[in-house]
Amino acid sequence: MYVAVKGGEKAISNAHQWLAEERRGDPDLPDTSVAQIREQLSLSVARVMAEGSLYDPELAALAIKQSRGDLIEAIFLIRAYRTTLPRFGYSKPVDTEAMRCKRRVSATFKDIPGGQVLGSTFDYTHRLLDFKLMAEGDVPKAEAGTPTDGPMPHILSLLNKDGLIQDEISSDAEPGDLTREPLSYPADRAVRLQALARGDEGFLLGLGYSTQRGYARNHAFVGELRIGFVTVEMSIPELGFSIEIGEIEISECETVNQFQGSKSEPPQFTRGYGLVFGQQERKAISIALVDRALRWRELGEDDLGAAAQNEEFVLSHCDNIQATGFVEHIKLPHYVDFQSELELIRQIRRDALMLEAGE
Amino acid sequence: MTTHSEIHDDLSFEDSYNFAYLDEQTKRMIRRALLKAVAIPGYQVPFASREMPMPYGWGTGGVQVTAACLVPDDCVKVIDQGADDTTNAVSIRSFFERTAGVATTEKTTDASLIQTRHRIPETPLTEDQILVYQVPIPEPLRFLEPRETETRKMHALTEYGLMHVKLYEDISQHGHIATSYAYPVKVDDRYIMDPSPIPKFDNPKMDDCPALQLFGAGREQRIYAIPPYSKVKSLDFDDYPFSQLRAPETCAICGADDSYLDEMIIDDDGGRMFVCSDTDFCASRQNEQGFEPAEVAS
Repeated sequence: MYVAVKGGEKAISNAHQWLAEERRGDPDLPDTSVAQIREQLSLSVARVMAEGSLYDPELAALAIKQSRGDLIEAIFLIRAYRTTLPRFGYSKPVDTEAMRCKRRVSATFKDIPGGQVLGSTFDYTHRLLDFKLMAEGDVPKAEAGTPTDGPMPHILSLLNKDGLIQDEISSDAEPGDLTREPLSYPADRAVRLQALARGDEGFLLGLGYSTQRGYARNHAFVGELRIGFVTVEMSIPELGFSIEIGEIEISECETVNQFQGSKSEPPQFTRGYGLVFGQQERKAISIALVDRALRWRELGEDDLGAAAQNEEFVLSHCDNIQATGFVEHIKLPHYVDFQSELELIRQIRRDALMLEAGE
Repeated sequence: MTTHSEIHDDLSFEDSYNFAYLDEQTKRMIRRALLKAVAIPGYQVPFASREMPMPYGWGTGGVQVTAACLVPDDCVKVIDQGADDTTNAVSIRSFFERTAGVATTEKTTDASLIQTRHRIPETPLTEDQILVYQVPIPEPLRFLEPRETETRKMHALTEYGLMHVKLYEDISQHGHIATSYAYPVKVDDRYIMDPSPIPKFDNPKMDDCPALQLFGAGREQRIYAIPPYSKVKSLDFDDYPFSQLRAPETCAICGADDSYLDEMIIDDDGGRMFVCSDTDFCASRQNEQGFEPAEVAS
């Protein structure tokens, strides 16, 4: 007896209730607060803000809670919320030279004006599980140092004084906004960096890694990696001047790359650049590597056919919300298309068998 | 500092969003793209697709096109695989009930706007209707040439040789054009267009159709259209003409022998039965014949 495939509405509603229950977990345990997530899972919060393209630690923490810690799902929640917000205008470019750095390292010079600041990093921890964390307990307060006063110039600008490194072309042109204009190719560098800043960390990490392993190798040194707070300013036309509207934490990475020299340029260092919300060193470095690889045409290098050099390939596939949607959508019903394929393959096989029988 | 929870405490979902979810600026941007698409039948117009509250691949393009077209007295029907009661059709229909408060229906003849995934209704459409298709890959040449920069050039130059070579190779290898759904068409003698993954059985319904047909691809940021009464020709050769394809059976419920059928496996010996994929069409035929519609299994 045929039973109609009905009841979708009821199934959806029941599934949502079950999902809510599973999200909460064991009700005998205390509920995790959004504030706890914001404070104690701050690197997850940073990733969700960056790839969600919305600087709001509280909402990012809420999204992480709602998504049961599935960060791509959390990023999706933030994106879907962000897109409904009114657009009042654009901020002025942030001045990263004036960053209040909590971490700032250079791999190219031992000592630098402004000093190396190690900051809070996993880099030199021994990756041993700390079983003390299984018991609840407070950590002793870290000893406070004196913040470094005085300027922290970008290291690469010092190299630039001798003409050893390629000049970045300065421009006052309005950068594009890929959330308001469809992406078209070729994309300029500003749009590329925008796409990479909200691109999937894992995808960019893999692509950056591939450049180090010889797929469009452009041997990179981290000229400087700095993490800290910068002021965001906005020009208010009614006031006729700009005002500070807040501050955000960002990570910025500049790489110094091979001095290949080309048909048109004498040997000179070149640069890759990565900037991302929050403390996300891995992402900032990966962006810089991929940015440098994507600049092959501008620098007169050869197209080596590497994935990281292929602008369309990188930009069309780095967005994890697009990727996860399309990859996962194949679990939706495709009865109709599959039925068509069934009939076609039956027809082709019938013809082939008849032909065989006739011979 | 005001927190988000304070801001949102007194707002319900319905109060927080504009009619049909999208803000008016976004709708205007989409309508401009739609107008351009209607003016150049079959041409893929880039548009700044927004993130929607459902995933890419679930019909975000179709949902944006529908949202931009809706007016309060519209009556909306949503189908997926021809059926009104599949989970995603239910979900999208309730999205518009919730965000636009419009009437909804399962009857093809009562709807002013029909959003579809993978089918065209069996009941012929009228001049008073809009059919919105959800499109995954809008570029018919994509699987022959992955680079968008190249395919745009090929369309601009009407450089469609590659497509004909592919169809020819199918025939030489299989004796048939081995495409059974998303079968490419030429619109108004100019652009080759992807009809979305509808079975090729549905292709002839697009030709000279009185309804306006709109196509939305959210992830790929493209909109295209077929204006009413346009010429839509499925690609073929003189000696290998286009033909429709359906299971050579009749519907086990309403007895239709001309509708597109879904195949069901009914036992573990591979026993099969066939029923209409278009649930409204099947139910109307049952009513005409005095049958009761198939009961919901509980």
